[in-house]
Amino acid sequence: MNWWQRLLGRGKMEEQLDKEMRFHLEQHANELMASGVSAAEARRRARMALGGPEQVKEECRDARGTRWVEDFWQDLRYAMRMLRQRPGFAAVAILTLALGVGASTVMFTVVNGVLLRPLPYPEPDRLVAVHGHSDNWKAELFGEQNVAYPDFLDCQRESHSLMLAGSLFNGGTISGSGVPEYVDLQQITSNLFSVLRVNLAQGRAFLPEEDRTGAAPVMILGYSFWQRRFAGRLDAVGASLSLDDKRYTVVGIAPSGFRLRDSEPDVMTPLGQDTAKFLQSRGSHPIGVVARLQPSTTLAEAQAELNLIGRHLAEQYKDTNADRTFVARPLRPDVGRIGSTLWLLLGAVGLVLLIACTNVASLLLARAISRERELAMRVALGASRGRLVRQCLTESTVLGISGGVFGVGLAAFGIRPFVALWPGALPRVEEVQLDWRVLLFVLIVSLLSGFLFGLAPALRAPVQKLEQVLRGGGRGVAGSSRRLHSCFVVSELALAVVLLVSAGLLGRTLLHLSSLNPGINIRNVLVARMALSPATLADPAKTRTAWKEVLERARRIPGVQSIATVDTFPMREGDNEQGYWTSADMPPTNELPFALLTSVSADYLKVMGIPLRRGRFFDDHDSLDTTPVIVIDEVLAQNAFGKQDPIGKRLWIPEMGYGSNMFEIVGIVGHVRHWGLAGDDQAKIRAQIYYPFSQLPDSFMHRWSQLMSIAVRTEIPPLGEVASLRSELKGSAGDQVLYEVRTMEQLVKDSLALQRFLLLLFGIFAGLALVLACIGIYGVLAYLTGQRVPEIGIRMALGARPNSVIWLVLRQSLGMILAGVAVGTAAALAAGHVLHQLVEGMQPTAPSTFLLTIPVLTAAALFASFLPARRASRVDPVIALRQD
Amino acid sequence: MQLKSDLPQGTLDLLLLKVVALGPVHGYAIAQRLEQVSRHVVQVPQGSLYPALHRLENRGLLAADWKETETGREAKFYRLTGKGRAQLETEAASWERLTEAVALILKLSEGGAE
Repeated sequence: MNWWQRLLGRGKMEEQLDKEMRFHLEQHANELMASGVSAAEARRRARMALGGPEQVKEECRDARGTRWVEDFWQDLRYAMRMLRQRPGFAAVAILTLALGVGASTVMFTVVNGVLLRPLPYPEPDRLVAVHGHSDNWKAELFGEQNVAYPDFLDCQRESHSLMLAGSLFNGGTISGSGVPEYVDLQQITSNLFSVLRVNLAQGRAFLPEEDRTGAAPVMILGYSFWQRRFAGRLDAVGASLSLDDKRYTVVGIAPSGFRLRDSEPDVMTPLGQDTAKFLQSRGSHPIGVVARLQPSTTLAEAQAELNLIGRHLAEQYKDTNADRTFVARPLRPDVGRIGSTLWLLLGAVGLVLLIACTNVASLLLARAISRERELAMRVALGASRGRLVRQCLTESTVLGISGGVFGVGLAAFGIRPFVALWPGALPRVEEVQLDWRVLLFVLIVSLLSGFLFGLAPALRAPVQKLEQVLRGGGRGVAGSSRRLHSCFVVSELALAVVLLVSAGLLGRTLLHLSSLNPGINIRNVLVARMALSPATLADPAKTRTAWKEVLERARRIPGVQSIATVDTFPMREGDNEQGYWTSADMPPTNELPFALLTSVSADYLKVMGIPLRRGRFFDDHDSLDTTPVIVIDEVLAQNAFGKQDPIGKRLWIPEMGYGSNMFEIVGIVGHVRHWGLAGDDQAKIRAQIYYPFSQLPDSFMHRWSQLMSIAVRTEIPPLGEVASLRSELKGSAGDQVLYEVRTMEQLVKDSLALQRFLLLLFGIFAGLALVLACIGIYGVLAYLTGQRVPEIGIRMALGARPNSVIWLVLRQSLGMILAGVAVGTAAALAAGHVLHQLVEGMQPTAPSTFLLTIPVLTAAALFASFLPARRASRVDPVIALRQD
Repeated sequence: MQLKSDLPQGTLDLLLLKVVALGPVHGYAIAQRLEQVSRHVVQVPQGSLYPALHRLENRGLLAADWKETETGREAKFYRLTGKGRAQLETEAASWERLTEAVALILKLSEGGAE
């Protein structure tokens, strides 16, 4: 018989064991009787010789090796029975745990989806990203550098260890049938889908011969765009679409959820068909490169090969590639800075779970002490200490697992609303779902928390002073448990202090940030990106006229006060950063100070309400024929010129590409919080330069027009003007589009969305912690006071007044509260430091935060302890003394 | 339970395997045979007999069938499995090696004293 048969065939085995023992005894007795011993005496002697059939049977059962399972089963049933007997206790404990586990599970699900899950491609660990690297490029400011298209082609051709694919982010206007629409365009190499090993939902990928100049225009649609524009119709493949006035044939549909650099492209076209000049240059680096390692090559080999290719190119093209190398790194999802926020929240939620565990632990401990007699009885009957510990742990594990099951339920319902609540777009949101990792997490958390809060009561299982326990009924041995209980209360309060103070800090920060001046008048300003008619973009002169016309037409709309064009507007909606210097004698590029550059039309200052400090802003006289001018902000004036007057001085901006890169400063304006209310103070680049759109040379017109937005100051609430703006600006062909329409008020508000969201969550966690801690302190004091009822009875019989009894109990709790606050304050200071590191614009920890939050906690805790105290003061000495 | 002599650790299993090797036999008969063969020098407490038998059975060294005895009663008869026979041989061999070595050492020490 194997182990399983032994485990499952228990009944039959018991029967056979019994039969075997009986046979032995009878056989022995028979023999003895045959030799003349009386029947009763024979049976007695036979039993003596065997040595107690029950003990022998017990040892035989041990020999089966299935004992622990049977014990576990027994403990499990016992634990269930105990919980059913006390439904109130069970409900409170399970609910507390479910809240803790549920909240942690929601947070972990998000962390798992956004940060931990691998990329949704086959063999994601064989995928790498290839970046350009040169000493001039400040990766810490601008992020990783992309690759020039000719460089990419060379790498692709020469590399034997990597299959490289590239993509270029772009945009364009889809017109033809239906409403014209501005779409996200990715220009991709023909092998992109095969490198990622993604199969198309419909149709086919691009062919290598389509990835060349002059090939027939073809297009792949994104899944969402296909659903939106074609309602998912299969005849979309083969259909013809007009993108920027050029007809394309649709050859395929990308699968649902397909993303490039964390956004789903609307349409894709072959990169090789683009004849744009900057794609032929090794000096501009627009191509994002992914690659798959060839079978049985390593990343190190691939890197060595890229180094070699880089060196060859550097020798061949000294002007552009002198210090340029290529770096391959494992491809990771691009989730920006969200990681730290997520870990912060997971940590906070972990604190809540800890409080929940502590609470249940103190509940269990109180119960364990009242069960001391039962446990002592078990020891007296022969149970070992290990056996009792196992039984206690089984009980707490049952609690932990039930809490976990309910927690997963809560999380399953809570995860979607939580994700929807997340401010802005949560990256990789489609990956956020309950998977095996989450379930494993819950299992571990439940088991661990069950173990954690079950351990203290379990280790108290009585083995010494048995007699005392049995006789005294648990009274008088509560000393050590009182210390343990105080420990629980102190740690709960300390954890609650941490969360409360953190919430307080976030609240203070939010108040402070909201009161900051953004540097612009945000009321009644509408901003929208705008795509001109594709027909006009081909000709720079037409483009200039088209923009002028846009401004003039918009100005005539009733309710529009002023309008300007602008390429990047405040609250980190795009940025263009360049190095500048105050003389022609420049240090190397990587040592230049940097500034934000914005190209605007004349009325921009009026629209945004930015104050003019000195000099003038641009006007219609600034044209291609006049001196190239710029306007700087106070920060740059201070940084570059200190106390000197910058007006009339010049700035050299080496990468500008027009006007000999030399510009006259004609005005100084107020600083604008470009990086948002929260982010601007710590931003690495704050200085600002404005330059007039009207002075840009023809070669800039096409690219700049693709990036252009309009900003409109209105007399009425700005969203009311959207319809008339749209109809007035749609152009003669009807294919000029406004998109991403927002108000500045929204943008400013959104710039604090993360801080607001964190405050909300920390507020909820802190509230939860406060309530749990109060329940904890109430439960512990009620229990401890209950234990002291006879003592209180004696005191009262001896003349103690109710007030002094209340004081007696409150003094006990005050000690715990003060200790908790002290420990918590120290921990909160550390937590404040962490928050300061992770949250933009975080205010340093101030005493006022502690002064505001700690009294709240102390008052709540005192209130929770007042109830048991009052009950104690109403003890009737006669009844109390009669107890036991 | 008075022991005439302690059974060295692990030898009970060896003895049981040997007794069972002589032919299928039930628990009571094993107890008696052990007593007779060892001529009352070592006494196996009957209480430890059955747990040991069950352990050997669970390890697959012994197998058991329910059969009638000569008196017509049903009893559990133990017999040796192939695995049990192999085990018996290795254990018996190692036992003999051990006792020879011990005897040799004892003689040496007598010689050394002279």
